[in-house]
Formats: sequence, structure tokens, C-alpha cells
Amino acid sequence: MPLTLERVPGQEERVVLSMGPQHPSTHGVLRLVLELDGETVVRSIYDIGYLHTGFEKSFEHLTYSQNITLTDRMDYLAPLSNNLGYCLAVEKLLDLEIPAKAQFVRVALTELTRIQSHLVWLGTHAIDIGAMSVFLYCFREREDILRIFEMVSGQRMMTSYFRIGGLALEPPLGWVERVDKFLKKFPDRIDEYEGLLTKNPIWMRRTQGVGRISGDDAVAFGVSGPSLRGSGVKWDVRKSQPYSSYDMFDFEIPTRPEGDVFARYLVRVAEMRESVKIVRQAIDGLPEGPIKADAPHIVMPERESMKTSIEALIYHFKIVTEGFHPPVGEVYHSVESPRGELGFYVVSDGSPRPFRCHVRAPSFANLQALPKLIEGRLIADVVACIGSIDVVLGEIDR
Amino acid sequence: MSGSLALRAAGTEHTYLMNADVEGHPVVKRLRDFSPEVVEDAQLFRDELTVHVPAIRLRQVCEFLRDDKELNFKYLSDVTALDHYPGEPRFETVYHLYSIENNQRLGLKVRLEGDDPRVDSMVQVWPGANAFEREVFDLFGIHFVGHPYLMRIVLPEDWEGHPLRKDYPTEGYR
Repeated sequence: MPLTLERVPGQEERVVLSMGPQHPSTHGVLRLVLELDGETVVRSIYDIGYLHTGFEKSFEHLTYSQNITLTDRMDYLAPLSNNLGYCLAVEKLLDLEIPAKAQFVRVALTELTRIQSHLVWLGTHAIDIGAMSVFLYCFREREDILRIFEMVSGQRMMTSYFRIGGLALEPPLGWVERVDKFLKKFPDRIDEYEGLLTKNPIWMRRTQGVGRISGDDAVAFGVSGPSLRGSGVKWDVRKSQPYSSYDMFDFEIPTRPEGDVFARYLVRVAEMRESVKIVRQAIDGLPEGPIKADAPHIVMPERESMKTSIEALIYHFKIVTEGFHPPVGEVYHSVESPRGELGFYVVSDGSPRPFRCHVRAPSFANLQALPKLIEGRLIADVVACIGSIDVVLGEIDR
Repeated sequence: MSGSLALRAAGTEHTYLMNADVEGHPVVKRLRDFSPEVVEDAQLFRDELTVHVPAIRLRQVCEFLRDDKELNFKYLSDVTALDHYPGEPRFETVYHLYSIENNQRLGLKVRLEGDDPRVDSMVQVWPGANAFEREVFDLFGIHFVGHPYLMRIVLPEDWEGHPLRKDYPTEGYR
């Protein structure tokens, strides 16, 4: 049964338009049902679920380590942020201490993920509003970041590089130099994007004053991340509840008071600059030491040690065939993904598989504000509003 | 923190003996001041506070938590549920609240019986609960009384059963 808007009795009949799920500017498979009066949106509802694959059910039937691969596939534009959120939640459950080097590499890679995700957002958002060329600029730099991911993990997108207790592998030789080279050129590239958009009169008129939401409304709807900070609420999980040694880095939380599409654009662009600062500090101050926690019953042993040590061989066999047993309990851990508060609620009953693992997807909550943004606006603004809240349907439907 | 926890010998597996630090927690104190019986029990695990609330008082407690000047839980992070099949009470709904001003998190839990799980909807308290409650309704079959639009959200409308229930097979019914 298709989702439709019911007619209000006594009111003249209006056009009901179904936008999506195969519409290019819905950023995936989002379907909107719009009730139109001329070109003005009167009411709207959204319809999701086209990508539902039951990740939360699958979580209950895989071991804690195997589940990392599922987290990649939820928010496919920010796989490392998802890896990090899940690993930190399980590590909190296990009460594991992560070595400093692993924490710094994690911070550097998640911030590169943020830049990469914002680049995809900026390119597609600009295309939606009619600025074609920005897309090509953004994807050029995105490719550089994906090569950095490929270098550490062998994969461009579904990295699964963070493991419970640390990292999968030591970052290869030349990786730091590669990141350094990228960081040197990237601030100029942000200036290029801003040169194309920020003062562009067409861009300004398409975005300024469009899709306004107040800070209080945004909080009530559960909006988080850059979409919330574009409404003047200064809340970022990296600052308020620092994880993975974020408290050791010096960075600002950009906010804008206007709460419109343009404000959210400015916040995300400013965030890319802050991320560059964080990655710079992380690779310059990269500590020496191990990349895995000292917990042989949880962390996979080195391949070489398995050839000489019987303990390593036994631990490897146990972890692969059975998994590890965390204590009974439950944790809710959230990280700041490029889209907002990404929370993992992991419940353990002491068995090697989670009793329940729920994902608080930021896009799922942010999307609830969409009808508020578009009602009373023109249909052309709908496209700008969808782009400005930066939804990823993979994590909405899970 | 983990040292002060002990498993309760009988009853549901996910409850712990109340430890002394929990009663001194400012949020628990404030809730007890509001009404002593709203805190059924409370746990502190890895510095995370979880409070069990009776289902009939949930709406009242949530309004208090949101509007109280000291607590200020204006942000609802998450709503989800747990299925303890075949144990009873079978379901628990879980609410994760956050106070941006106080930088404080709080988990609220409500126990529900298995035959007809119903709980008040929190959409009037936090509009953001809307989609989360629909998701719980869709995947667990828990009814939220007073929800403005309680429909399936991720599954098709003609889907049978609620997949996140523990008695629903992972591979589905064939």
C-alpha cells in the first residue's frame, strides 16, 4: 500500500505529488509526498524503508568482531565514523584501554572521513541547486582521501579498519607523508569551493532564508550535527563528551545563528577547515607504540607470533571460532559522525554475540525536521532543504 | 565501577543490585524528590545511569525531566526496545535523554508485559520521538498510546510479524 496524504474534508482538492524514491535529488531512495497549492508545499510526509536490510537483527547473530563489517554499510559515506562508534561502544562494555597511537590514527581517519563526507554533500547539494562545476572539484579531492583509506585498509569505502581493541594493521610506510601532502593543498581547495559559492548571488538567493528552523525546534526534533549547529546550538559530542582523545586536540565548533540552508552550508565548510586542523595535530603528534590493546583474549594476535607461540595460536582459534565473552551489561556510546550524534546501544548477556545492538542514526532523527523546513515554501526549495540536512538513506533504513 | 555491581540471583538477567553510589546521583535524588515511587530501581554501569520507571508514570516523569530547571533534559537522543523472550515482563522500552546545558545523559527504561505491550507515546513531550516510536512499533510490535501516526516505517505495510522480536527467526518465515 503506497503512503498517501489523506484529504482534509471541506477543503478544495489539491495536487498530491509523489517525489522519489527514484528522484536524483533525494540523495538515495527517499520518497516525499507533497500536497501542493500551485507551486507551494502545503503539507508533506516522508516515506522511508526502501533500503531496510535488518542490520539490527543481523547484529544479534554475528560475533562482536564480525559486526564491524555491518557498521560500514550503514552510513556508506562515513564508514570509519561508524566503525569508531561501534568499536568504542564495545570497548566501553569491555572496559578496554586503547593505546595512544591507535587513538590518534583513529582521530585522523575519522576527521578525513568527515571531510570526505562533507565533500560528497557539498558536490551533490550544489548540483541540486544548479551549480554543476563544484561537484567535479569536490570529487577530485574526495578521490585523494579515498586513496588514503585504501592505503591503510585496502578498501576505498567499506574499510572495516578499526577493530575492537585498536586497529586492524599498522599504517603503512609513507602513509603519514601522503596525509601531509593532502593537508598542505586542501585549505586552498576549500577556498576554491567557497570562491564558487559563498559570495555567488545565485547561490545566496537560493539558500538564504530558505528552510529556516529555530534552535529550540531543532532540539525538540532531535536534530544533531551541523544541521543543529546551523541553528545556533553549540553542541558537538567531540567537545561535550570527548572520546578517543579528542580532548587533546585544539579545534573550534563552528555555529551560525540563522538556521537556514546557507547557515548549514557555512557550518559544514567551516567544519572541513577545523577537521584539517585536527588531522594536522594528529599526524604531527603521532605517538609511538602499539596499535592494539593488551588483551589477548579479545584482540587477534599477530600472524608471526602464531607461528612460534602456542598461546597466540590458541587465542586466535578461540577468537575466530567462538568470539569473546563481554560482561553482562549495556552501554550507550555516541560519537559525532559527519551527520550528527551517532549512538550505539549495545546490550550484552555475556554471550559472544550482542543481545541487542541498536543504532541511533543521526539522519533518521534529522529527517524528522524536513516537513517543518519545506511546508509553506516553493517546490524548488524542497530540493535545497533535502540537501541541506545531508541525509544518507543507508543509515536511516538500516 | 564494575566492582560494585553484582548480578541479581533471580529475575530478569539485565538488572543489577542497587549500589550505594546510585542513590547519591543528583538525577536520582531529584527524581526521588519529585515523587519517591517513580524510581523503581536504578543502575550505574560504566558511569552510565539507567533508571526504571513505572509505565503509568512515564509521561509525567518525562515532562518533569524536560521542564525541570535543574535537569533540563530537552534532547531525546533515542528510543528503542528490548525483548526478553521468554522471560516476563517481556519487553522494555528504552529512552536515552540528554541535557545539552548540563552535559548529562540518562537512560530511562519501562518494563512491559508480553501479551499486549502498550506504553504512552512521548511525541507530545519530544516531537522527535515520532519516528523512533514508529520504528519500535514496526520492529517490536509495541503500541504507543496517543501517537499521532502509528504506522510501519521501515517495513511494507502488509508485512507480517515484528522482526526484532526474539521469537522471529533471523532468516524469516518460509
